Amino acid sequence: MTAAELSVMTLWAATTLYAIAMIAGAIHVSALAEVAPEERGSVRTRARGIARATTLVGLVMHAVGLVARGIEAGHTPWSNMYEYTITGSFVAVLVYMIFTRKRDGSWLGPLVTGLATIALGLGLAVLYGQSTGLRPALQSYWLVIHVSIAIISTGVFAVGFLIVVLQLLQKRRELDPERYTGRVWRMVAVAPDQKTLSSYAYRLHAVGFVLWTFTVMSGALWAEDAWGRFWGWDPKEVWSFVIWVIYAAYLHARATTGLNKAAPWIAIAGFVALIMNFTVVNYVFQGLHTYAGNS
Amino acid sequence: MARVRIDNYAYPDAPRLGVKGWLRWMWRQVTSMRVALVLLLVLAIAAIPGSVLPQDPQDPAAVRAFISENPFWGPFLDALGMFDVYGSAWFTAIYVLLFLSLIGCIVPRIGVYWRRLREPVPPMPRLLTRFSPAVAEVQSDVADASPRAVIESAGASLGSWRGYRTRVESEEGRASLVAEHEHVREAGNLLFHVALIWILVAVGASTLLTFRGQAIIVVGDSFANAVVSYDSFESGAWFDEGSLEPFTLTLDEFSADFSLAGLAEDFAATVTVTEPGQEPVAQVARVNEPIIVNGAKVYLQGNGYAPVLTVRDAAGAVVFSGAVPFLPQDSAYTSTGVVKVPDVTVGEQLGLEAVLYPSAVTDGETVLSIHPDDSNPLIVFTAYQGDLGLDEGIPQNVYVLDQTLLSPLRGDDGQQAVMSVAIGETVDLPEGAGSVTFEGLSRFAAFDLRKDPSLPYVLVGAVLALLGLSASLFAPRRRLYLLAENSGAPGAATVVTAGVSAPEHDADATEARDRLLAAATTPED
Repeated sequence: MTAAELSVMTLWAATTLYAIAMIAGAIHVSALAEVAPEERGSVRTRARGIARATTLVGLVMHAVGLVARGIEAGHTPWSNMYEYTITGSFVAVLVYMIFTRKRDGSWLGPLVTGLATIALGLGLAVLYGQSTGLRPALQSYWLVIHVSIAIISTGVFAVGFLIVVLQLLQKRRELDPERYTGRVWRMVAVAPDQKTLSSYAYRLHAVGFVLWTFTVMSGALWAEDAWGRFWGWDPKEVWSFVIWVIYAAYLHARATTGLNKAAPWIAIAGFVALIMNFTVVNYVFQGLHTYAGNS
Repeated sequence: MARVRIDNYAYPDAPRLGVKGWLRWMWRQVTSMRVALVLLLVLAIAAIPGSVLPQDPQDPAAVRAFISENPFWGPFLDALGMFDVYGSAWFTAIYVLLFLSLIGCIVPRIGVYWRRLREPVPPMPRLLTRFSPAVAEVQSDVADASPRAVIESAGASLGSWRGYRTRVESEEGRASLVAEHEHVREAGNLLFHVALIWILVAVGASTLLTFRGQAIIVVGDSFANAVVSYDSFESGAWFDEGSLEPFTLTLDEFSADFSLAGLAEDFAATVTVTEPGQEPVAQVARVNEPIIVNGAKVYLQGNGYAPVLTVRDAAGAVVFSGAVPFLPQDSAYTSTGVVKVPDVTVGEQLGLEAVLYPSAVTDGETVLSIHPDDSNPLIVFTAYQGDLGLDEGIPQNVYVLDQTLLSPLRGDDGQQAVMSVAIGETVDLPEGAGSVTFEGLSRFAAFDLRKDPSLPYVLVGAVLALLGLSASLFAPRRRLYLLAENSGAPGAATVVTAGVSAPEHDADATEARDRLLAAATTPED
């Protein structure tokens, strides 16, 4: 078996395991939803065990898949959209694992594993491309620094985005708990209250923002070496700037009383811009980052 | 006492806002967080068109094409500045307002911060029960167990670099320490915003002071660093052309490695740099590795083939001989080039329009290059004679043949003759106009030369911004308390109580408290 085959095989295995984790996690959350809040801490369903185990094994498979891809390519596997997707989803699950080390994250598990299933599945089915050599423009230690931090911050922002969406739902439910009593709303009720979610989201976005700042700065340093200017309003640079500004607005809104209400929506706009930067900008706009696509 | 609020509009005779009042009102608006937030979002939206539409500074040809293809929208968008978004008045207005807002917000905060730093740390609370206290004892047989000594050794353990401000009080039998870390976040926040202003100023200076030029050099040729030698040159308003260091750069060798599939693997240009009055130095420029000559950076930005051609005129005299850079048009280095021969001994001036196929394959009709390597170089060209238009003194593009005063050379069938010549071969031009010999294949490299004196300042600003940002978001907001009491009875132990106040999510706060307590109760070495 070649490294390429091993990589694809383990990544598909990870996708499947995440899908199982998502379903089992959702079953566990719906079980929690039927229990009084103070008893939830002691509920141990079989689904919970399955979700935790499959997420962990999925993450290990995922890691093996990434390493094998790196061996196949002969370089750190971060040079095109496929590699970006498989690494970014890995980071998202890893952030979830770190998040749940100190607190119960049953409510977050199905969302993160669901996102990882979709991202990995799309990556393997749509974006997959055989590894080719690195172009001269990418042969730089900045590939490791700039792109790895970009991927990590994308993974962190992704988890932050999920929490922000949940926060909005939770807020709506809290405003009128009598009205929102359906099964899904009861599952939403399992998550912490709106204020706690908001605080989690803020801290994740703060980490993501610092990493993104570093991504933009290291990109400028690399551009200075590779393209002879540190900033040239290339489409990728424009969108990185737009993302940075939107998340800066989120942090300001979050820190200012009276503007708090707008904050989650700004965070959502930031994540939309992040996805735009990764998809539309790669495929549609002409720019110097064209190798990010799968041409 | 309740403060009386005056509503201007409730009393017809009361003074209205007036000019000063309005200015103050506007300043308050500009510096409010709400407006800053709106400006941030507007800035994000305003930046987007520049990624969708072609931009003049990056790609003027695409802008011209867009305008001519869209007779209504083109000029309309052009008038709005949509083809130079980042230099447009409205984009500038947004970020200038944003920075005004930032300055208006930061300057008063720096004042407040400064004053607060000089104020003493708040005193010890009377009771520590609210601050998750932890208690330990120092036995009296330890060398120095007096409350004062205990507190001092604990204070020393905090270290000065961690940014704790402390307040130590001691009296008989009782000493206390308050250490606060809350101001570090604000310091980081201020540093971050000041660094952003710094970066903006440095980038502004960069556009005024920088120069950028491109030079195309064929292997074996030299380039002297002067404005006239550049193929293209642009510089900022404050750039002094006399400041160009008169070094020469010789391209000794150029190597291009391609994979079997034709993907570029490595480009390397070996050059010799000679600065005035110094020994020549050999250096290698690569795509990610510019070479630095006297503060100016030399980037390897492009490369291609330069066929060595010899042109003879109708009389058989050599009227042109040399390497001609051909510009690559695709990934297989199918390249186009132009040869202009103004100085013929007989007849009219000659011009050639040629396409080079480095690895040519042909099915008899069409020619293709299948690989960027030069495994089977073939030049396919057409020839013209007439007036090249060089005598008017108007600068011409060397890669374009101005055909207005030229007529194509035709074959026996009356059609424009398309000729091909392989390496080492000679082909005669129709109508007895002469011949073209493909002598050999050289390479050229395109270098960008650039000097930007503001770079170190931009870098310093970026590093400070990152440090400030990290401190403002991650520095713990903690206040530590330490109280040491000794009843004074003979042999009585000193009781040390430590407490901490921190936000709920600060998981390491109790750890910091325990560290402080341990430092207080462990005698120094």
